[in-house]
Amino acid sequence: MELQINDQNVTVAAEPDLPLLWVLRDLLGMTGTKFGCGMALCGACTVLVDGQAQRSCVLPVAQAAGKKITTIEGVGTTPAGAALQGAWLEINVPQCGYCQAGQIMSAAALLQAKPNPSDTDIDAAMSGNICRCGTYPRIRTAIKQAAARSHAK
Amino acid sequence: MSAAADEFASSGGLSRREFLRQLQAMGGLLLVADGLHIAKAADAPKYGAAGMPHGTVDNPLVFLTVGDDGWVTIVVHRSEMGQGVRTGMPLIVADELEADWSRVRVQQAPADEEKYGNQDTDGSRSTRHFIDPMRRCGAAARMMLEQAAALSWSVPVGEVHAAKHEVLHQKSGRRLAYGTLAKRAAKLPVPAASVLRLKSPEEFRYVGKGGVTIVDGHDIVTGQAQYGIDPWFKDMSFAVIARSPVLGGRVKQFDANAAAAAPGVQKVLQMPAPTPKATFHPLAGVAVIANSTGAAIAARKLLKIEWDDGANGSYDSDDYRASMQESAHKPGKVVRETGNVDSAFKSSAKTIEAEYYIPHIAHATMEPPSAVARIVAGKVEVWAPTQAPQVTREDVAKHLAIPADNVTVHVTLLGGGFGRKSKPDFAIEAALLSQAMDGRPVKVTWTREDDLHHDFLHTVSVEYMKAGVGADGKVSAWLHRSVAPSLATIFAPDVNHEVGAELGMGFINMPYDIPNLRLENPEASAHCRIGWFRSVSNIPHAFAVQSFAAELAASANKDHRDYLLELIGPARQIDPDSLQDHWNHGESPLRYPVDTGRLRRVVETVTREAGWGKTFAAGRGLGLAAHYSFLSYAAAVVEVNIDAQGRIVVPRVDIAFDCGPQVNPERIRSQLEGAVIMGLSLAMFGEITFKKGRSQQDNFHQYRVTRMNEAPADIRVHLIPAADWTVPLGGVGEPGVPPIAPALCNAVFAATGKRIRSLPIKDQAKRAT
Repeated sequence: MELQINDQNVTVAAEPDLPLLWVLRDLLGMTGTKFGCGMALCGACTVLVDGQAQRSCVLPVAQAAGKKITTIEGVGTTPAGAALQGAWLEINVPQCGYCQAGQIMSAAALLQAKPNPSDTDIDAAMSGNICRCGTYPRIRTAIKQAAARSHAK
Repeated sequence: MSAAADEFASSGGLSRREFLRQLQAMGGLLLVADGLHIAKAADAPKYGAAGMPHGTVDNPLVFLTVGDDGWVTIVVHRSEMGQGVRTGMPLIVADELEADWSRVRVQQAPADEEKYGNQDTDGSRSTRHFIDPMRRCGAAARMMLEQAAALSWSVPVGEVHAAKHEVLHQKSGRRLAYGTLAKRAAKLPVPAASVLRLKSPEEFRYVGKGGVTIVDGHDIVTGQAQYGIDPWFKDMSFAVIARSPVLGGRVKQFDANAAAAAPGVQKVLQMPAPTPKATFHPLAGVAVIANSTGAAIAARKLLKIEWDDGANGSYDSDDYRASMQESAHKPGKVVRETGNVDSAFKSSAKTIEAEYYIPHIAHATMEPPSAVARIVAGKVEVWAPTQAPQVTREDVAKHLAIPADNVTVHVTLLGGGFGRKSKPDFAIEAALLSQAMDGRPVKVTWTREDDLHHDFLHTVSVEYMKAGVGADGKVSAWLHRSVAPSLATIFAPDVNHEVGAELGMGFINMPYDIPNLRLENPEASAHCRIGWFRSVSNIPHAFAVQSFAAELAASANKDHRDYLLELIGPARQIDPDSLQDHWNHGESPLRYPVDTGRLRRVVETVTREAGWGKTFAAGRGLGLAAHYSFLSYAAAVVEVNIDAQGRIVVPRVDIAFDCGPQVNPERIRSQLEGAVIMGLSLAMFGEITFKKGRSQQDNFHQYRVTRMNEAPADIRVHLIPAADWTVPLGGVGEPGVPPIAPALCNAVFAATGKRIRSLPIKDQAKRAT
């Protein structure tokens, strides 16, 4: 099966219904994308598929074939992703950090769709991503800061 | 009893040695009324880090190296789970070393307590126990670099001093960089602790200052950070395990034919049978090993397993709650008594009673338990997100029947810990499965369902309170019965009372100024694995005491803050021993008395900052709670806004916090922000229930946790500065949690008049409106 991950073409032998998450993590060794629930309930496994945030734990790999897959390892090459990573560091958002890959991927999809998101937009885009450490207020601040920086450019 | 104690790693502040002492004390109580004191006299107490297995190490040659290139590498031997220890601990060393933080690298120590000192990362005590040893490491290395420079220049060492990564000779204006001095300095003897010149606090560059980016920040935001679930090898196998749904259950028989034939499956095998004591042993079950975790999960669904549930197969949360309530209304073991409560009740103008319920809570770390192991030529390597590296090493060795010297435990980042990852059952599973695969690397992943079905849960409790109140509203008598199965039951299943460390978490050491008081602890038995969850027994104790204080204030028509301050009484330092708290978080009662002045101050600060006393429209209000735990003082004001549908919105939370001197204020703030949200989460939603011995919650749709749209956007942390650095440090990771649930329920009462005594709140506010 041919996949396009972070602008690279990758060939992988996988059952077509194996969730993309396990193809990335276990077959390709790309472990930046995290497992959290397996039911699209927590957002830890969020990746972009053709720019849309998708929960890779429930996405059969066959459905991602032929589409542009972006993971946390590659999102820094996009303007929104780089701005978010920078803001995340300036505000010291992470605690344990485990959910933050998924948070940044959801935020990247949000900023691509809405470059200047309101609090309501942030709630809607980010409420599928659980953070057990409780970094939500800092995530909100970081998204706004990244949005403001992107505008200033 | 002592065998159980040997297997006990540590709890929220409870060392193995301490646990042994407590078990002896409990045995003693059967024979003599004053067993606690006898046990104490028999075993002269060691306090703080000295009371922990392997104590502390302060050798700079163990904890830091200076490279020829000038890079300083500082070893962190405690586990990072979001509390910031991999930033804070090296910051202490770097400061005393006069190192330039931008040229410091951090390296994680493997499990080796003989080399590094105690590694149990729990009990909110890493910084408290290791600030002094880490300062000594940095200072000793700084003095060695100064000595090396003085020798190079043939000048008296008194004429040189280190500053920002170099040593200066002021007279001649000469300077030498740390990198240049490194080789020579490393050959010098390490100065003895008695001759070390520690910095004075006003000379600190980094400690107490903040403004530092967390050391793992870049790796985290770019997906490079390595958690226990992340090690990857080309030839590795991936496992999931179907575990006994009931604690103590066994596999009667199983049919693996369909699972073994599923795509990608490499092996199906039965796990070893459980032992009578749960300890940290893997549970009975059947493992499926495959070429991906996804394949293993799919194949596991095809297993047909017949279980023998054993004695806990009838555990039912509703029935158990009823039995705890019954116990709570009968006299229980008296653990502290002052005056005569019964006669004071009779002479009171009125008596007020309340009963509170706090259910089992699951940790639900975002990284579920997971670990990797491989075995090469009899040597085992384990990669684990463990809070207890040394315990992990010893337990893996025990289960594989090999010497601990043949086990290396690489400590990864933890994707959340909260106490769950002090128990290394998942790492033992990985090692056993690697052994079954002839040493091939095997990764074990717990699914979220596994995590919620087989957690070491926070205890469940019923707290019964009764107060005798005078016509002036003052409390003359106070009875509190705490009923909860003990976490000690995983080591000694027959324990049926709270142990000293549990009593000492806001129950027995309650410092209120009340003339007649009796605290009782009726019996309770455990039917699932009980473990320590961030802030442990402080959660139910603070919920009961802080809710009840607000109820008494309301009954007396008095302002809650004023009433609480009156209950706390005047500023004074109380000897914990006088409260029958002989545990005191393992710390000296002289060094760490209960200071009601500091408790008063957090209440005064948080109410002032939150605008206590302002009036709100119906459906809105403020709630207050204060709690002392882990040697720190916390008070919170929660604001609620309850809409017409009864939905609770929390727009703002203020929390005032006094932990003594602050090493890294930025991470203290982040810990408190997180504690607020975790506290709200457990109060609103947190509950694991049992039917037929089985946890009823499968995943996040049934075990709800707070999400972005439910979290307060505005959390204001008010840190109380310490008078100076002679004040001993308190804990940070846990003490923010306990006041949140009662402050929230007190706010709901202020907004609606509805008193919530049973957690979680869920939709209880709906019925009020």
